[in-house]
Amino acid sequence: MIQAKGIHKQFGALHVLKGVDLDVAERELVFIIGPSGSGKSTMLRCLNRLEVPTAGSVVVDGIDLLDPRTDLNHARQRIGMVFQSFNLYPHMTALGNVTLALRKVAGKSRAEADEIGHAALARVGLAERADHRPGQLSGGQQQRVAIARAIALEPRVMLFDEPTSALDPELVGSVLGVMRSLRESGMTMVVVSHEMGFARAAADRVLFMDDGLIVEQGPPAQIFEAPVHARTRGFISQIQRH
Amino acid sequence: MGGWERFAETFLNAKVMERYWPDIVAGLGTTIELAALIVLSGLAAGLALAVLRSFGVRVVNWAIVFVVDLFRALPPLVIIVLIYFGLPSIDVVPSGFVSTWLSLALVLMAFSEEIFWAGITAIPRGQWEAARSTGLGFGETLAHVILPQALRITIPPLTNRTIAITKGTALGSVVAVTEILGQASSAVSNSYNPSPLTLGAAAYLVLFLPVVIFGRWVERKFR
Repeated sequence: MIQAKGIHKQFGALHVLKGVDLDVAERELVFIIGPSGSGKSTMLRCLNRLEVPTAGSVVVDGIDLLDPRTDLNHARQRIGMVFQSFNLYPHMTALGNVTLALRKVAGKSRAEADEIGHAALARVGLAERADHRPGQLSGGQQQRVAIARAIALEPRVMLFDEPTSALDPELVGSVLGVMRSLRESGMTMVVVSHEMGFARAAADRVLFMDDGLIVEQGPPAQIFEAPVHARTRGFISQIQRH
Repeated sequence: MGGWERFAETFLNAKVMERYWPDIVAGLGTTIELAALIVLSGLAAGLALAVLRSFGVRVVNWAIVFVVDLFRALPPLVIIVLIYFGLPSIDVVPSGFVSTWLSLALVLMAFSEEIFWAGITAIPRGQWEAARSTGLGFGETLAHVILPQALRITIPPLTNRTIAITKGTALGSVVAVTEILGQASSAVSNSYNPSPLTLGAAAYLVLFLPVVIFGRWVERKFR
């Protein structure tokens, strides 16, 4: 589903990604962990071209994202993204957030878009909150609206950039619950997060990134219980202490 | 004749006022017309420039910043005089009305562009990224996500600046526009009595006091 090869990303003198290869199979859930500044968010953002890699190739669902002839707006409908800070549109209701792209990009009528939007909100458990503005919702609810906004477009892949990092601990569970049900529906997912419990339970594969490279990858049990590299061991023991 | 009588005779002369108030009312009409044209065209041009600037084409943005800084730096009266007396030398002969309209619209364009631009750049990057990640194009993101939020925060400073510039319509009297001050000045010359100026001041209050109060309300509501 995703083939990223030899991804380099430089911001001026700063070399954030130093040749990352990432293949994700259909229906696979890949977890990316690593210290801050390791390049994991940048890597994720290369997968829908929010960042343009300095070198390398990114193909998602057969579409070459770095080909200048690619209709990027069309391609991005197939790649849902969820952000750490939700990034809901504050001037619109939950339903408005979910239906904007349906109407303006997917070309649905308002009635069609509303129907799809209500269904998407129901999937994340917020059918009753369709008319609420983001400011009237808790962080967990906002993040679930953001997930609904992405899945309403029926993406082939979902990218999650630290989806629970900005949430109070008691609100994390509801977001992870929605992610778990997405997983069960067979969605291909790439998740940057430190929710180890979720990774153990749901991930097919865990990648450990450090200093712009994938240091180690494998099934969650291997990465968490028996990491091979010293840097992985150091990082795992550090986050498990908390 | 006491001091108060002399004052009343000079500034509140009923006979003079009675004779000239229709002129002042006519001037009020001209001022309203001029002000409406300035506000509509100035704000529209300012918004257009701010939107153009958000496309981030370097050469275009240099040009925008140059034009904007030019019209923010020049005194409005200087611009009016330059247009009114300068353009005829290239065979374009604008009336005083058009010169004043054009000048103040350019000044309002310049100031409002900066305010609109500040509003657009105040919207967090994440809003752009979220919209673009759902497949919205640049223009759609600007129109549906960024501008609705940006315009809201620009309303209070925009209202104040618009009032300040619109009052500059009085400068039109210098180039023979028959707006409030122009009418009042000629009435003063014809009657040898400054009472029409009092009427003119009253006319400005009638026009701008409600606008200023409206501005205060807007500022409270949107801040």
